Amino acid sequence: MTVFEKPHAMTDVPMHYCPGCTHGIVHRLVAEVIDELGIEGRTIGIAPVGCAVMAYDYFNCDMIEAAHGRAPAVATGVKRADPENHVVFTYQGDGDLASIGTAETVHAAARNENITVIFINNAIYGMTGGQMAPTSLPGQVTQTSPYGRDPKLCGYPVKICEMLSTLDGAEYLERVAVNNVANIRKAKKAIKKAFQNQLDGKGFSLVEVLSSCPTNWGMTPQKALQWIDEKMIPYYPLGVYKDRSAAKEEA
Amino acid sequence: MSMKRFLFSGFGGQGILFAGKLLAYKGLMEDKQVSWLPSYGPEMRGGTASCSVIISDEPVGSPIVAEPDILVAMNLPSLDRYESAVQPGGMIFVDSSLVERKVQRDDVQVYYVPATKLAGDNDMPTLANIILMGKILKVLDEYEESSIGAALQKVISARHADMLDVNRKALEIGANA
Amino acid sequence: MADKVLMKGNEALAEAAIKAGCRHYFGYPITPQTEVAAYMAKRMPKIGGTFLQAESEIAAINMVYGVAAAGKRVMTSSSSPGISLKGEGISYLAGSDLPALIVNVQRGGPGLGGIQPSQSDYFQATRGGGHGDYHMIVLAPASVQEMAELTVLGFELADTYRMPAMVLADGTMGQMMEPVSLDFAVSPAPEKPWATTGTKMAREHNIVNSLFLTPEELEQLNFTRYERYQAIEANETRYEEYMTEDADIILAAFGIAARVSRTAVNEARKQGIKVGLIRPITLWPFPYAPFAKAAEHAKAFISVELNMGQMIEDVRLAISCKAPVTLCNRAGGMIPSPGQVLEAIQKADGGVSK
Repeated sequence: MTVFEKPHAMTDVPMHYCPGCTHGIVHRLVAEVIDELGIEGRTIGIAPVGCAVMAYDYFNCDMIEAAHGRAPAVATGVKRADPENHVVFTYQGDGDLASIGTAETVHAAARNENITVIFINNAIYGMTGGQMAPTSLPGQVTQTSPYGRDPKLCGYPVKICEMLSTLDGAEYLERVAVNNVANIRKAKKAIKKAFQNQLDGKGFSLVEVLSSCPTNWGMTPQKALQWIDEKMIPYYPLGVYKDRSAAKEEA
Repeated sequence: MSMKRFLFSGFGGQGILFAGKLLAYKGLMEDKQVSWLPSYGPEMRGGTASCSVIISDEPVGSPIVAEPDILVAMNLPSLDRYESAVQPGGMIFVDSSLVERKVQRDDVQVYYVPATKLAGDNDMPTLANIILMGKILKVLDEYEESSIGAALQKVISARHADMLDVNRKALEIGANA
Repeated sequence: MADKVLMKGNEALAEAAIKAGCRHYFGYPITPQTEVAAYMAKRMPKIGGTFLQAESEIAAINMVYGVAAAGKRVMTSSSSPGISLKGEGISYLAGSDLPALIVNVQRGGPGLGGIQPSQSDYFQATRGGGHGDYHMIVLAPASVQEMAELTVLGFELADTYRMPAMVLADGTMGQMMEPVSLDFAVSPAPEKPWATTGTKMAREHNIVNSLFLTPEELEQLNFTRYERYQAIEANETRYEEYMTEDADIILAAFGIAARVSRTAVNEARKQGIKVGLIRPITLWPFPYAPFAKAAEHAKAFISVELNMGQMIEDVRLAISCKAPVTLCNRAGGMIPSPGQVLEAIQKADGGVSK
């Protein structure tokens, strides 16, 4: 009989995330993958600035807290300090990765830096209390777009997977969601592949995870999960945007 | 000699920095205190290049040569710019194949060497700088074969070792000019 | 002398870093320090090291942060505008107690400024530069030999005290060639049990972090860090005195300004003026003691700087306003001549005689 338990790679610290937030799910998926691949002892995680800032307390592997947006650069340093042994992942939100850290994201991908990037896209700044994110949808009401995001005023959302897929350097880009069981299973598969790619020396692998933020979206957790289906997925279609090795095998 | 301050000046590409380096290395070979400081910046790309070299028995203080004991002017703008800065009693070496005018001052010793012409005549068109250096060393009574040879080996990289002989020849031509 | 070679300051610094065991360099091109990057680009691949041209100075300093967190000797170099961009990362290095070496080959500012030599980042370097309560160890070379030796010292002190160190040079120090010997001892990096190198499932996880949301905890960390700074002030202050024993007038100068000042001291001494020079080698910690001592007999102080007067504040602090301190300076990429310094000395001497 299997008893439900925490993955070893996860600490027994109570998380600070709001009820209904999907960060906990994604943390768990990452930790399960670390367990399954048996890499906890050589994994170093990089936490962002944003809601996941205290991720360093939730993973049992060595952890580093980076400046806002700089996690891919920090990860580059850690990886290159010992490329044979270090397994390095960043865990970043949309403000961190797609706004202040755009340059670091793009260039880590362009270099095909052999790291794994977990990108939480919940279309809002959570930690600071619900401001417009680079990925907020057109019309989306936030604290800093109180009349709805007006593309004429503040432009259009940044589609990271689509954008990075134009780079020759990036190895693997997939967008997943964690709003239902089937999608969570797919998300875990993608995360595992993103780590496996690093172990195989294939290079930059990013998994964009469409996530919910019931608190700052002003919705119940269930409604928030529905909103992912109804609003986010149509704008941010799920799927593999790039898989260089698979493309090579097919060719 | 206790201290000599050299200012080399000319167009970028005339080997101003190289000539200065050769002199600095010669000083090093003779256990002197030396410094070499290039001008840097956009003027390096085709405009006026200059470099300060100090050879001294004492530790070198400021490495910047604003008022040289010896000015080497390889083009007209250099002579125009630095002639008045030379110490009274100092020396000016002019590449007279490129600088048509004469030095105006009468309180300095002046040596006119048609270095660029000599370089062309002797099939070593890029070595006018070294020809001038031969003259300078001769005039200063610093033409020490052994330390010059050692300095040349230091500044000419192994990749260009075949250039050693022609550089030696250029120094000779200058010394006898 | 046989083992001496002529090297540019930037190159001597880079080679010294390699001698110190640094195998990771991250940079971004900017005049007048680009030779450091070029040298590293050539050397690192040949010795199994990493040279990486980052997408920005911000990325470079954060790559440094990553290698430092993983416990290895690491450096970056830039010039003034680029150091401003690194300010954030330097603050994080200090806040996370990580050792690293940052090189600033200064140029004139503010803004994009110019590319000629300057010392106008003295405040930025000695007062922190980034946000928060912290210090860097700041080393000011005045020769190509010191460009090499202080680079090694920078790595050693950074490791010993777990903090960032800076070599604060300027365009002349970077571009100048002088004879240099690289035949010196280097202490190997100490054990770094705090480094994030993977738990090997044999210890608790290490966390490298500068976030502390409990103010009591953060205050305590600041207190502890400043105790360490006090130890550095007591043990690591370095300076050179030149003809100060009988001096009526004391010059204060570092880097290229000290070279110019030394020439001026020699000239003034020939004229019978009793003048000496105190050259801070560590700008933080600043050598307050020799200035205080000199103030017991000196009647005037002159701070010689390539800026609008920054170190002069420390000189005034050091002598508790016991004597007048004047400024002899050029700015914007200009360098005071020995003649200008001599005039300042003569002027001060006039005041002293009266």
